[in-house]
Amino acid sequence: MAVSKLLLRAFVGLVLLWLIIPIVIIVPMSFSGARFLAFPPPSWSLRWYEAYLASTAWMQATRVSLIVAVASAIIATVMGTAAAYALNLASSRLVRSLQVVLMLPLVVPIVITAVGVFLVYANVGLLATMTGLILANVMLGLPYVITSVLVGLRKFDPAQEMVSRSLGMNRLRTFFIVTLPQIRPSVITGLLFAFISALDETVVALFISGGQYQTLTKRMFTALRDEIDPTIAAISTLLTAVSFLVVMLVALNARGERGRS
Amino acid sequence: MSMSSVNPSLAHQRRERRLVLLLLAPALAVVGGLLIVPLCWLAWQSVRQDGGFTLAHYARFLTDDVYWMTFLQTFRMAFIVTAAALILGYPVAYVAAGASRRWSLFILAMVVLPFWTSVLVRAYAWLILLQRRGLVNTALTELGLVDTPLTLVNNEFGTIVATVHILLPFMVLPLYATMQKIPPELTMAGSSLGGTPLHVFMRVFLPLSLPGVVAGMVLVFVLTLGFYITPELLGGGRTYMVSMLVSRNIEVYNEWGAASSISVVLLACVFFIFRLASFVIPFERIMGAR
Repeated sequence: MAVSKLLLRAFVGLVLLWLIIPIVIIVPMSFSGARFLAFPPPSWSLRWYEAYLASTAWMQATRVSLIVAVASAIIATVMGTAAAYALNLASSRLVRSLQVVLMLPLVVPIVITAVGVFLVYANVGLLATMTGLILANVMLGLPYVITSVLVGLRKFDPAQEMVSRSLGMNRLRTFFIVTLPQIRPSVITGLLFAFISALDETVVALFISGGQYQTLTKRMFTALRDEIDPTIAAISTLLTAVSFLVVMLVALNARGERGRS
Repeated sequence: MSMSSVNPSLAHQRRERRLVLLLLAPALAVVGGLLIVPLCWLAWQSVRQDGGFTLAHYARFLTDDVYWMTFLQTFRMAFIVTAAALILGYPVAYVAAGASRRWSLFILAMVVLPFWTSVLVRAYAWLILLQRRGLVNTALTELGLVDTPLTLVNNEFGTIVATVHILLPFMVLPLYATMQKIPPELTMAGSSLGGTPLHVFMRVFLPLSLPGVVAGMVLVFVLTLGFYITPELLGGGRTYMVSMLVSRNIEVYNEWGAASSISVVLLACVFFIFRLASFVIPFERIMGAR
């Protein structure tokens, strides 16, 4: 019994190592002084970070990606919170079935979504535009926000809204003064998820972004298809650092939520 | 007539309904305009050619080997990846669900962190690790396990390793969510009635964890069916998946009819699998379990 338990734990330990190593290995690689990616690196340097910072193409792509991620996360959070509030309020089965429709961006294979968005944008002239990129990422971020906010709303006691409204406050003010402060952690979690999903989104960007408005991930993808450039290790390290930061924020935020309830 | 009237009068209901639709409208417009409409458009296109009705795009599935071979390879890949993810993920979720709060948080953090790291970054990491002069090959040669570096990437193997790595959290999280809800009293009762640990696991724990198993398997299977980045970057042209067939038909051949029919078939497969799974576990729970 004790042996089998030990074996099980060892196995799980190995799986966790296997999960983490690829992400950790990028960091020393990015500080390599060599052109080829040997491990451990033969010498250390910051040249790949310098290469990244000095390249106007990479800088422009980074700017595009950040603007798209921030803007689409905010818009998706507003739209998604409104939708989740409505779904929670609705009693009819028909309206609730709309939740499935709003979850579709997660279900449809991303290549098909990309082809679909490309088709629409080609007809309305949104290809290779900032607006197009933001809109597409709003759609992809909505399911994360809606799922997260719905979880928060289920824990919220609707009688509180009733009380506030019976005291004469209108619906909108009631939402902002009574409801929103209590579901804030779920809204913030949704926002962070939508942000990271937009920052990392690659496949749709491959189809619809271009010219001046190429995302960081699209540039990385095309660079990777050609050669394994160590500059990408530097960018990957930075992207991973951002993800790490966001996960920490989500965790802290969740802790705040628990403390509240 | 005040807003605060709790009586569900007809006027109140109607107003409530209008508010619900108004709040849903922006989100529905975005998903409708960017997803539903183009999907219908794709379906329409898949049966059209030169302004008339045709099934020619679907007939290719029967006549053109590349089509059904690609689907076959994609399903094969999905089966392998799902099986591997279950074998690796079940013990992780099991240990996490049974561990102390601190350990289970640690294990979950190790699972969630890669989940939020860019897919592209992880594909790149595997490219570095598995290449000819990569870390894995260096270690293997230095340990004297192999004489010449193995071909670990630019083939199906590399694609599978990276895909399982990327999708494992989708297996572990629903499994953990289900296992966590299994009351420990049940397994304790099983043991106190004289069941061996293996017996108790097989007869009590495993059946109760099945909804999580189904949810995890469905998510991993469906996501693998549509995977694009890992086969494209790590497959080396030898792993040809449906998603690549779609993108090639558009980017290289500009064949919208073909791309549409492939998309429709792939989408039908995905919906069919979700439908099948919904007999065991409701759709909302599959999606909510992540």
